[in-house]
Amino acid sequence: MIPRHQTVLFIVLLAASAIMGVLLWNQLRRSHDRLLHGQDSAPTQAPQVAAAEQATLMVANDADNTVQPRLLTLPLPQNPEARARAILGKLLDLYATPISTHPVPGGASSIEQVFLVPIANTKESATPDGPELAVVNLTDSFVANHPSGLESESLTVLSICSTLDANLPRVKEVRFLVDGQPRATLAGHADLTRTYLTTEETVAAGGSRP
Amino acid sequence: MSALRAALFTLRAATPAPRFAGKKGAINQNLQRLILAAATLVATSACAATFAQAPPVASRFVVVLDAAHGGDDSGANLVSEAEKAYTLAFSVRLRSLLMARGFTVVTTRESDDTVEPDHRAEIADHANAQACLSLHAAESGSGVHLFVSSLAPVQDAHFLAWKTAQASWILRSLSLAGVVNSALSHATVPVTLGRIALPGIDSMTCPAVAIEIAPDRSSDAGGSAGLDDPDYQARVADALAAALVEWRSQAPERGQQ
Repeated sequence: MIPRHQTVLFIVLLAASAIMGVLLWNQLRRSHDRLLHGQDSAPTQAPQVAAAEQATLMVANDADNTVQPRLLTLPLPQNPEARARAILGKLLDLYATPISTHPVPGGASSIEQVFLVPIANTKESATPDGPELAVVNLTDSFVANHPSGLESESLTVLSICSTLDANLPRVKEVRFLVDGQPRATLAGHADLTRTYLTTEETVAAGGSRP
Repeated sequence: MSALRAALFTLRAATPAPRFAGKKGAINQNLQRLILAAATLVATSACAATFAQAPPVASRFVVVLDAAHGGDDSGANLVSEAEKAYTLAFSVRLRSLLMARGFTVVTTRESDDTVEPDHRAEIADHANAQACLSLHAAESGSGVHLFVSSLAPVQDAHFLAWKTAQASWILRSLSLAGVVNSALSHATVPVTLGRIALPGIDSMTCPAVAIEIAPDRSSDAGGSAGLDDPDYQARVADALAAALVEWRSQAPERGQQ
């Protein structure tokens, strides 16, 4: 014979378990709905932190070893360094697409930072509109996954330099870092220890200085 | 005639006998001097005959073949093999063609060894070569990609910075690239030209061209030819050999040998 108080206790505990189960189920549904609602409201486009502007991307083509300009409209920040990073990120986004004429994996996240510093030892550096050196800091994963080859590597370097020249006229020279450190080559060929010139004539001839 | 003059000079030197020497001693000394003069005459005549019969010293036209990568550095991953193996095999093939055409060929590596870019440049610079070809291979692009150092050309200087020594040779390197371009185009191999900052090449003091062989994907070639296609390899190697023969024939115009 089960004592009465044990029967009552069992019923109370059973009821409490049922109530807790219902509450948990309800909480689960509400959380799921909240998650779905959050996904629906996630931005599908980059936040418009700045007005959309036209940028010129110098897009490489492996088929004929050329770099051709392509005009795109995209939101660009006013800060020159952020602007340079956004433009180069868009360029690398193009290269990461499956139909790219110059396939290079990585995309915009491959550009960690772009620093703009006045070029030393020139008279113009003292003026606000003096020439600048762009230091492009690439990620190690971008360099590790970059296709190896003379043409492929030279086109990547050339398109980055040409794109900076087309959109930031004050940038006259470009240096490359990988995760903040100097790297001998991009993927076994193109020299990354040099300072590249961005002037149109020199870039067209692939010029660089030590 | 010069040999005869030398013997006469020796004989004339032997003629004045010591004034106060004895008769027998003077005869012995004169005899020794006559023998010496005769020996000089014979030796000089023999040398003159040897120089007259020797063919003129053949001018050495040195070509440096630099098979890129090697050892720990595999280079690009090609469909069939690593770039280092492909460039080495192509270097051996091209060397045979060039030696059959009378070139003196210097290679930067003969096996799967690690050779640093600076050491490659040292080998090329010590060879005093008239042409330096750096051989590469890739799967991207089409045909053969020719690259010349992107250094800005400078006038000949007495002292050259190591990392920019090629700057004094840029114009000649561009000329060599033009000759190679013509030969490859004549062999219906698609060619693209470019400039690149390439360690090793930038330190070479010779007309230097980096050659990257890619699959032939041109539509007018009657279908694509992969890197491992023997016919395609032979076409490219023959065209490069023909280009260097043409480059050698232009040497007098450039003031070389």
